[in-house]
Amino acid sequence: METSDESLAIAAATGDRVAFSTLLERHYDRIFALAFHLTGRQADAEDLTQDICAALPAKLASFRREARFTTWLYRVVVNAAHDRRRRLATYQKATEGWGDWEVNRRAVIDEGEDRSTWLMQAMSALGNDLRDTLALILDDLTHAEAAEVLEVSEGTISWRMSEIKKQLAQLRAAEEQV
Amino acid sequence: MSDDLDDLKAALTAETPKPDSARKAANLALAQKNFDALQGSRDDTRLTTDRPRKGLFSGVRQMFAMTTTRGGLVATSALVAVGLVTLTPLGDALLTPRDVSDVLTRPAPEVVQKEVEAEPTEPLVEVPVPAPAPVAEERASDVAAQIIGGVVLNEAVSGQMRARTARPLSAAPQAAQAPAFSRLADDQIAPLPESSTESFANEPANPVKVVGEEPVSTFSVDVDTASYSVIRNSLSNGMLPPADAVRIEEMINYFPYDYTAPDGDEAFRPTVSVSQTPWNADTQIVQIGIQGTLPDVAERPPLNLVFLIDTSGSMNQANKLPLLKQSFALMLGQLRPKDQIAIVAYAGSAGQVLEPTPAGEKEKILNALERLEAGGSTAGQEGLQQAYSIAETMQEEGEVSRIILATDGDFNVGLSDPEALKTYIERKRDSGTYLSVLGFGRGNLDDATMQALAQNGNGTAAYIDTLSEAQKVLVDQLTGALFPIADDVKIQVEFNPAAIAEYRLIGYETRALRREDFNNDKVDAGDIGAGHQVTALYEVTPVGSPAILNDPLRYGVAEQTVADSDGLGFLRLRYKAPGEADSALIEMPISADLTPAPDAGFAMAIAGFGQLLRNDTYLGDWSWGDAIALANANKGSDDYGYRAEAVQLMRLAQSLSAQ
Repeated sequence: METSDESLAIAAATGDRVAFSTLLERHYDRIFALAFHLTGRQADAEDLTQDICAALPAKLASFRREARFTTWLYRVVVNAAHDRRRRLATYQKATEGWGDWEVNRRAVIDEGEDRSTWLMQAMSALGNDLRDTLALILDDLTHAEAAEVLEVSEGTISWRMSEIKKQLAQLRAAEEQV
Repeated sequence: MSDDLDDLKAALTAETPKPDSARKAANLALAQKNFDALQGSRDDTRLTTDRPRKGLFSGVRQMFAMTTTRGGLVATSALVAVGLVTLTPLGDALLTPRDVSDVLTRPAPEVVQKEVEAEPTEPLVEVPVPAPAPVAEERASDVAAQIIGGVVLNEAVSGQMRARTARPLSAAPQAAQAPAFSRLADDQIAPLPESSTESFANEPANPVKVVGEEPVSTFSVDVDTASYSVIRNSLSNGMLPPADAVRIEEMINYFPYDYTAPDGDEAFRPTVSVSQTPWNADTQIVQIGIQGTLPDVAERPPLNLVFLIDTSGSMNQANKLPLLKQSFALMLGQLRPKDQIAIVAYAGSAGQVLEPTPAGEKEKILNALERLEAGGSTAGQEGLQQAYSIAETMQEEGEVSRIILATDGDFNVGLSDPEALKTYIERKRDSGTYLSVLGFGRGNLDDATMQALAQNGNGTAAYIDTLSEAQKVLVDQLTGALFPIADDVKIQVEFNPAAIAEYRLIGYETRALRREDFNNDKVDAGDIGAGHQVTALYEVTPVGSPAILNDPLRYGVAEQTVADSDGLGFLRLRYKAPGEADSALIEMPISADLTPAPDAGFAMAIAGFGQLLRNDTYLGDWSWGDAIALANANKGSDDYGYRAEAVQLMRLAQSLSAQ
């Protein structure tokens, strides 16, 4: 019988090496998949996963038995993805003058357009919040679980999902016109 | 409507790549390592939390620390979701990295380091050293706050893309900013642990061996001192060094001892002494010292030096490339007009920076050094090949050629097969060109590769962390570092089972040889340079001593041939004169009535120091205090102040390990 994630996480938080390794092994692919859905590029997903692996031992201390481990883990991944986006964006700003910024932004938008697949375009057309929500829902979380991960109300998730559907429909319509 | 969602989901599932298995293994290992590092300091980290903290986020952190209720946690987490935590990207281990006491008590969490070489702008962006991160981030966040006020960011777009597009637009201001930034970081936040992709070469401590079963111990000499400098660097930065960084023989060999100088034509003279073990009343220490001859320096042959300098992006820190330039400038003063120098840089594309130039033309050489700039990624292999080919063109009859590789250890790009590189170096070694390795900086110091290169290239590996270490290696001991007097020096000790029950070699784990390799001249071993010293310590347990650890065998006693029952054992040394293919043998008995060497106490104190750092189990309750007292009592004349410094380091280590 498999030991539950929660028991493993508690054991790992108190220093059990084997438990930690088992736990991470079990969830690595899931972390990576979510990281990919949140970032949309394999290289970014790899880097994000590495960040998460590096920080996970310290983070485990904040795990509480009341929470489901996967929910907690998803939250860690989503937060790490937020961190990363924000960090990459703000670092970039900090190293440049104001004048460059707009030019740069245009350039990035152009570059973004070579995201070839419909999927990537659809994903990146959504804002961050919608995108995070969508990634979680597509990962088979219920609205309630996604709400818990993103720390918003269930109603917000439902609203976001309807928003996403609306935008996807527009996208689809635009695509069919071409 | 939901068709779109289903489409998306199917597409997403199809699109999701498999995680790269190499990255996965590396990430899992990284996590495990950080996990282990965290366990070691679990208790320590708690002790510091009541220290007053400065800065914007102390309040949030305080709240985390104080809050125990679920509601409180949710509230705090909500703040996190709002985005405060974005300023602390790698989790709470780095929440306030300026808070030195916090970091001091934790081993540095492994921090991810990406493509620093590939992206020259990224030392600013990704910051290879976690220390400067908060500065950059706080600045960054200020700007970010302004930006967010005015414009909505399209954050789904990767920042790396921006970095790439941005470079041509703003290369100049960034180049100007970069050095200023690194200076700032070094001045203000220097004593912080650096991120690490470091790897160290080491083996588990040598076990206690039973003389009746395994009477012969064989190893290669080692005159490297890199390990001691790495340890000093760690301790000075307020951290205990990783146990794997501790190679006890390199610590012992860092210090000069008072050995008898060789007579006449002898290449070196072994000295054996026996003294009481400081940490165990029932055992003894057999100290084997080798003093290399110091030929008349005035008559040394001309020297061909090829500096192979790593100018990859990661070298762009005050304690790397700038220190390297200063160190080589120091060394120039020691060279003769007949010596020749060439400089090859490797990074991105390897290139000759200075053609072979007589050492007399200082101006030209210094100018070439000064022109070196860090940037690009590391193509070590290509650089090495070019350095060897230049060394070969410089080689003339009766001259000594040596390549001095200076690097922070990143020797990966373009290196498809480490074994092939080793073979290559071995082949070149036989052509007569020596290879020495100087390590600079910490963070991605690849000690293991450095060791492998130097050992296969018949050279020494030293680690330069300060200008005074450069003075020691490149000025005070230059002759020894550059002029070999004996190649492939091997030591074999046979213990007398009638006198000694058990023995253990302290250190030299990475230098062990098989017994049969001793007489095999094809097997490579360490070299001794002019005036070099090598010291090896055995802890031996006399027959009948209460300190014997292994019980006698219940069935079948090993056959004992008692030859001369007086001696403790027999020492054999093999070495080749430089360039010779056949080895010479030196033999001498280790008799029981040998007296302690005059400064044996200091060597033993350092051996104890190393074992304490490695948490070896043979010291009983012998403590830091004992090691410090022993070292203090045996400082001797200490002309260069090395021993006084060692005592300081022991005291630091004592305080750090008490935390």
